[in-house]
Amino acid sequence: MILRASNLSLPGRLFGVSIEIKQGELVCLVGPNGSGKTSLLHALAGIGSPSGAVTVAGVDPRGLGPARRPRYLTYLPAARDLPWPLVARDLIALGGGGADLGALALEPLLDRRVDTLSTGERSRVLIARALAPRPRLLLLDEPTANLDPLWQIRLMELVREELKDGGRAALVAIHDLDAAARYADRILVMDKGRIAAEGLDGPHVAEIFGIERVDGRWQAVNRPADPGSSR
Amino acid sequence: MSARAAILLTLALAALFAAALLLPLAPLRALFEQDADLATLVLTELRLPRALLALVYGATLGASGAAIQALFANPLASPDLTGTTSGAALGAVVTAYLFGFSAPLALSIGAVTGALLALGLLLALAGPRAETATLLLAGLAISALAGALTTLALALAPSPFAFYDAYEWLMGSLVDRSLDQAAFAAVPSLLVFALLLRLGPALDRLALGEEVAQSLGHDVARLRLRIVCLTALGVGACVAICGAIGFIGLIAPIFARRLARGHPGRAILPAALIGALLLLAADLAVRLAPLGRTLPIGVVTALIGAPFFLWLVAHMRWRLRP
Repeated sequence: MILRASNLSLPGRLFGVSIEIKQGELVCLVGPNGSGKTSLLHALAGIGSPSGAVTVAGVDPRGLGPARRPRYLTYLPAARDLPWPLVARDLIALGGGGADLGALALEPLLDRRVDTLSTGERSRVLIARALAPRPRLLLLDEPTANLDPLWQIRLMELVREELKDGGRAALVAIHDLDAAARYADRILVMDKGRIAAEGLDGPHVAEIFGIERVDGRWQAVNRPADPGSSR
Repeated sequence: MSARAAILLTLALAALFAAALLLPLAPLRALFEQDADLATLVLTELRLPRALLALVYGATLGASGAAIQALFANPLASPDLTGTTSGAALGAVVTAYLFGFSAPLALSIGAVTGALLALGLLLALAGPRAETATLLLAGLAISALAGALTTLALALAPSPFAFYDAYEWLMGSLVDRSLDQAAFAAVPSLLVFALLLRLGPALDRLALGEEVAQSLGHDVARLRLRIVCLTALGVGACVAICGAIGFIGLIAPIFARRLARGHPGRAILPAALIGALLLLAADLAVRLAPLGRTLPIGVVTALIGAPFFLWLVAHMRWRLRP
């Protein structure tokens, strides 16, 4: 087991979530806005003093300092803005450095300041920061946001590829349900600060998201009470 | 900072320090020929404390400025623009003229308390990740308030000479301080400098964003508290002895980050060196200027610093313009 977490809580945002992830597994976290996806990633990454127990590869990462922690877990926040205009190469090194990720095609960007990059390029640099230390557990919040369609595919395939070399796993919060279905080994559906269900088959999808699959495409559930759907 | 830059800065600093001791040379040499003991006394009792204070105060302003800029993630945050220096001045004035304690230790405690209050108020008003405008406005408000309260304290002081007395000190001055007084600024400053250097790596990782810094294992709230307390201690201790000197804490870190490849934490050491360099140079300019009298050093740093600040604001505006 790569990740074992029990009874994780953040006041008002996350309520006693327990989760286990096996080695090599890519688990996608889906859920409506405000359902607690980011909060769960925060709690696992030790952001905002969460309560509950976490072990990554048998170690409590909260006891580790900045030198060792990136080997156990790294976290990619959903926000792609940075408080300081660092040079891309330095940014990756500050995150713990490590592997050279040829697949992200960063070579031409490495010596540029991140504030001169486009949002998509900056995203790739930030993703490299999270991937480079080769952590046992990757925590990625909306990794495909801002990426063009080709890079969305390349990125998810890169994450799959990274998990092949043993002893590693990933938890990815993502809004794109099709991408989740395509790349995930397991899909966890969050609602109201709890893990409410597993997978995207069943009536819970309509209940939680207010959408349903019609002829292979997602559509809003046509409920008279819904604002906007009455006319 | 590359080894070459470090060596060059250190050499320049050593040269300026020697110049601060020896220049102007002619009167010192003449005195040596007449009365060597008196000349030695001038050197150790007048010029040495003055040069030491310039070194220590400049380094403290540079290092504190770098730390505050890193903390607020803003290149315009500095001890003077955030009201820390004015808060320290207020604390020292209240201690000296209202409470009547003028021993260096009492002044230091008063100034450090004032600086802490000012920085605490800034954090409460503007928040730790404030926009530049919010930060500067809050800093301006705190500076104005501290300035007004300083004037009020002097007006209410029992001594009728309080204004006259405090004026030179408030404008910043390194003149006529004893070695003991210099030690009261130097000891806390060195401690602060050493501790700030140790926080450098954490401040660098804070540049990845607060969430990432936390996910790497940094306690950001504790880091923030430490920076606030350390800069208040360093700046307060220096203000208590030498009064308020502006703009060094703004300018030095901006140049220092160029030597540190933009790393806000790694810039602390070069910022201290550049700050010391700037203040030694300013003091030398004060001493060698052919005006027949000594200008307050704070006036010189402001005369050079304010246009630089304006340039910086304009530069940022151009760069940020869509």
